[in-house]
Amino acid sequence: MRQRHVGSLVALMLCAAAASTAAATLKATLILPADDPRLERTRVERAYLGHATGPATDGLQVALDEGKFELEAAGSAVTLSVVNAATPDAARAAAQAAEKAGAAVVLTDLSTDATLAVVDAVKLPVLNLGDSADRLRQQDCRARLFHMIPSERMRSDALAQTLVSRKWSKLLMLVGSSPQDQLRAATAQASIKRYGLQVVATKPFKLSADPRERDLANPLLLTAGAAYDAVWVVDSDGEFARSLPYRIVLPRPVVGDGGLLALAWHAQFERYGAPQVSRRFAKAAKRPMTDHDWAAWMGGKALIAIATAEPKGPNSAWAQALAKTPVDGSKGGALSFRSWDGQLRQSMLLTDGQGVISQAPIEGLLHPTEVLDTLGADAPEKLCKPKS
Amino acid sequence: MNRKLTSRLGVALGLITLCAAASTQGTAYVSSEKDDALTMIDLATLTVKGTVPTCKRGRHIQLTPDRKIMVACTDSNAADVIDPATGKSLRRVPLGDEPEAFDISPDGKTLYVSNEDAAEASFIDAASGKKLQSIKVGQEPEGVKVSADGKTLYVTSEVASLVHVIDVATAKITKNVKVGKRPRRMALTPDGKELWVTNELGASVSIIATATHTVIDTIKLEVKGARAQDITPVGILMARDGKRAFVALGKANHVAFVDVASRKTTNLVLVGKRAWNVALDKAEARLFVVNGLSDDVTVVDVAGAKPIKSIPVGRVPYGVVIVE
Repeated sequence: MRQRHVGSLVALMLCAAAASTAAATLKATLILPADDPRLERTRVERAYLGHATGPATDGLQVALDEGKFELEAAGSAVTLSVVNAATPDAARAAAQAAEKAGAAVVLTDLSTDATLAVVDAVKLPVLNLGDSADRLRQQDCRARLFHMIPSERMRSDALAQTLVSRKWSKLLMLVGSSPQDQLRAATAQASIKRYGLQVVATKPFKLSADPRERDLANPLLLTAGAAYDAVWVVDSDGEFARSLPYRIVLPRPVVGDGGLLALAWHAQFERYGAPQVSRRFAKAAKRPMTDHDWAAWMGGKALIAIATAEPKGPNSAWAQALAKTPVDGSKGGALSFRSWDGQLRQSMLLTDGQGVISQAPIEGLLHPTEVLDTLGADAPEKLCKPKS
Repeated sequence: MNRKLTSRLGVALGLITLCAAASTQGTAYVSSEKDDALTMIDLATLTVKGTVPTCKRGRHIQLTPDRKIMVACTDSNAADVIDPATGKSLRRVPLGDEPEAFDISPDGKTLYVSNEDAAEASFIDAASGKKLQSIKVGQEPEGVKVSADGKTLYVTSEVASLVHVIDVATAKITKNVKVGKRPRRMALTPDGKELWVTNELGASVSIIATATHTVIDTIKLEVKGARAQDITPVGILMARDGKRAFVALGKANHVAFVDVASRKTTNLVLVGKRAWNVALDKAEARLFVVNGLSDDVTVVDVAGAKPIKSIPVGRVPYGVVIVE
């Protein structure tokens, strides 16, 4: 049974504009989940690497604040309203209401199904801030859907490249039992194949203290009886992976969802002016800037980029500008969207949670046109055939 | 005439290195972000002859009108003033929070500083260190350049992709000039008519006419075999006669020699990783290029447009000044 209520409609308005200027105003609407399970206090406290630790509004607000000068100089403005939606139906209704109210862009930090409901309900460009699901870039891709956050495939490609650069080519895979784990394990396999690594064994794991299930739950038993260079753990929940390093039978590194992870951002990244961005964010949001916060911040940056590229609008001009206006993500280059699946091209940071160990694409890797396209589904794979 | 002289110097350098070297006396001082020290390179031997301790995370480094070394230290919120004669610090000047780059008024009395975290440009009294003015600018202000008459100040904002034109007398922004993506450093032509601005993520140099404060041209920087996203120009320097500009191309690991009149790149010189800032010796015979990611300085023979030597310096080197 689906509820049909738009939870706390228009919770707050964020604004980045000089009140005095009679400028064209780009209206954007952010749709967030109501009672976001990712942001339950106990989950946020655990702060698993790669998991959200706060709402997308934080990153967006930082971007809109820092865009004030640029918008003012261009004579344009951006306003953002925020809506919470408990179900895909509510998200659809919220998107339609936003379109009716004159929004130029919709931003989402929703589940995959709710994201699709939003895109299909309106004719506006939609910026996906928080969902890494590959199907939004592949079988369920849409021409008007843009992704600020890296896909699962980009994450696993970045890890696979890093393993190649270290010559750690034999892998033991440990995979959780949730449907999401199964999907992400298949993605990891695709990356492993793409970069010529080898899986020596794949084993399911389970969180359990039951002695009858110790073969599934005990890291020593799970990792015995095979020769491998690294353990790749797929654990969307995070509890098992967190303590896996240092608990396996061989002295080998752990990668995936524990040990070394590939993320869009880490607050300890030192290059390309990144510390200033992390500092501005921490000052405003009172917490370290994560992968998800960077993606939300980039959503705000994209709004500013199109508002300054086309200061007079109208909505149609902004929609067209989105696909072709590069955005500065403080990761060393101007970032652009892939024409085939709307994914924002970007480098990935390899981190153990304490600092940034390295970046992907790894040095020396070649690509015929754009080395960033070695991360994620590339054009010749033709995995996205958009419906609209 | 001048060019003839430099080319002759270049030949001499190539043929009898020792003799040519013996005639150049002086020191290059290199700031580095992770040492809290300046590295001294002997100009005669092109070897490191020692270090000078300084404040924390030294970045932009310049000579004051009275020939003292001034280095802005981001983590000390101050500039260190060092006497090159003794190698000792004379004094520290507070520069406000997180100073990155600065410039000095023609009379040497005022310092203009970009405070990257506060997104401000500050005017500081060089003698007392007192903050005289602070002006809100776009996020991550970087390059700071004052006009030769001291009346106009230019500050770049990396995030807003703007050059702020500031009237020094009133301490007010008079114009925001939109340039390329992530503008970093600036150089003025000696006649003061053109302001050249490097755009790190635009792979270009924007040229602003100072009479109108509008962009009159954009020079696209290209390196054969390198993609545009790998060409990230930062440091820029004009030759004294204003005929040539030197642009460090960052990730492209090259320095471009650009003919100012035709606005065309004439030479590209391969240097170290992430070529960042540059300085010329007095004779303008040798260009010192600071390579941020290979922890070294490449010395380039200007006449021959060839690298002569790479010299290991501190960790994450940033800027260089030459005292002869």
